[in-house]
Amino acid sequence: MLHIHDLHVAYGNVDALKGISLEVRAGEIVALIGSNGAGKTTTLSAISGLLRPKRGQILFEGVEITRLAPYEIVRRGLVQCPEGRQIFARLTVAENLRLAAGHRRDRSAVARDLERVLGLFPILGERQQQIAGLLSGGEQQMLALGRSIMSAPRLLLLDEPSLGLAPLVVERIFQVIADLRREGVTILLVEQNAWQALRLADRAYVIETGAITLSAPAPVLLEDPRVKAAYLGG
Amino acid sequence: MTYLLQQTVNALNLGSIYALVAIGLTIVYGILRLINFAHGDMMTVGAYVALAALSALVLPVWSAMLLAMIVAGAIGIVIERLAYRPLRGSREVAMLITSLAISSLIQNSATMTLTAQPRPLRLPAELARRFEWAGLTIAPIDGLILLLSILLMVLLSLFVKYTTIGIAMRACSERVWTTHLMGVHVNRVIAVAFGVSAALAGIAGVLWSGKFGLVDPFTGFVPGLKAFVAAVIGGVGSIPGAMVGGYLLGFAEVFFVAFAPPALSGYRDAFVFVLLLAILLVRPAGLFGLEEGRRA
Repeated sequence: MLHIHDLHVAYGNVDALKGISLEVRAGEIVALIGSNGAGKTTTLSAISGLLRPKRGQILFEGVEITRLAPYEIVRRGLVQCPEGRQIFARLTVAENLRLAAGHRRDRSAVARDLERVLGLFPILGERQQQIAGLLSGGEQQMLALGRSIMSAPRLLLLDEPSLGLAPLVVERIFQVIADLRREGVTILLVEQNAWQALRLADRAYVIETGAITLSAPAPVLLEDPRVKAAYLGG
Repeated sequence: MTYLLQQTVNALNLGSIYALVAIGLTIVYGILRLINFAHGDMMTVGAYVALAALSALVLPVWSAMLLAMIVAGAIGIVIERLAYRPLRGSREVAMLITSLAISSLIQNSATMTLTAQPRPLRLPAELARRFEWAGLTIAPIDGLILLLSILLMVLLSLFVKYTTIGIAMRACSERVWTTHLMGVHVNRVIAVAFGVSAALAGIAGVLWSGKFGLVDPFTGFVPGLKAFVAAVIGGVGSIPGAMVGGYLLGFAEVFFVAFAPPALSGYRDAFVFVLLLAILLVRPAGLFGLEEGRRA
């Protein structure tokens, strides 16, 4: 579904990605794990068209999207849920959700998705008219995820959905991610919380200083001594 | 008492125009962090378009105003496309200096082609004719300025509050990067913001020159600066702030001239800027200013 081939991204003279190749097949959950600054978020930004790669190709469903504008990429069903607190704090919860569906023409499908989001996260329904900045950290992450659902993703890029959240909220978020997959959404999950990510994922890639160093089925990586030492706390 | 009322009428007029112009500055600043020095010149454009429409094309005043808004709005969109968009992502000061250049370009092209000679902008007699009413000297244009400005501000508020593109404009002013990820065509949102801003300045220019009777290539420059003061007083980036700031400035300026010793009235512009400094000392972010948050 998503093919990345030899992707290079630089910030000025600093190479952030030095030839990344990875693949996400339809229906999978693929995890991309690595420490802070390894290039995880940069990879997602490049896929979403927010950064122009120096070299390399990104294909979504067989079509090259490397030079498309971010909005065109979203409209093809490749949606990114950015890291936790990037909700629009001055917009209401309802406006946040509405904005993410703004490009969709099928109003009844949008209404169905809204109902679904409010069903998944009832707290968002109670707070629809509230300014999103007043939500708690966990609620903001729910809003971010709900917002992505409103964009009708077929492939969802999730950036650190567990970052800075209480364990109970993390459980809930990962539950919803698993549900989404069951409904046919393919997922590329970027996480520092490697243990959570590997438990959920089918396959995973390990990224270190801008390059993929390992790739294997998630259960294998969970047992891998190098991964255990570096990301799973020994 | 009559004197006070008369000054209030004048202040409401001046304030309405400042508010219309300040709104455009604040919208564009909110999204691009650009202090658009060429914004006041959109007033000049609007005033000249109305002049042409009224005198050469002999259009009715309503269509002249509409045409001024359309032409100014279109020019605003073109300027954004040609001058500011290529600079997107570079340092904010690059755009600021570019806007100064655009301002200069508009003023000088107007001087070259239309001469610096002020031309009379004559509104139809039924709008411009002054008459005495309850001791006040007023003209229908005074009421028109106030009502039309309020109508436009209400429409703009509804647009920004309820339409998808209005929500997208507010989202952009908070975090452009994330707005891209929502599937929003951000360039189009920015174009709309420039179009709306310039159209508001265009109609403000018609009202300004209609009230004072003259257009020249520099007509919009000083009110543009004052509107910038109004926007800063209100808190740049805040639309209600720009409205309140506009009226506040209108009242401050008119009442200063009306009630300060006559020897001082020549210092009205200095007074405006002193007022700005005083307000910024107390409230650095302006009256309705939002803390400059993290922009991811």
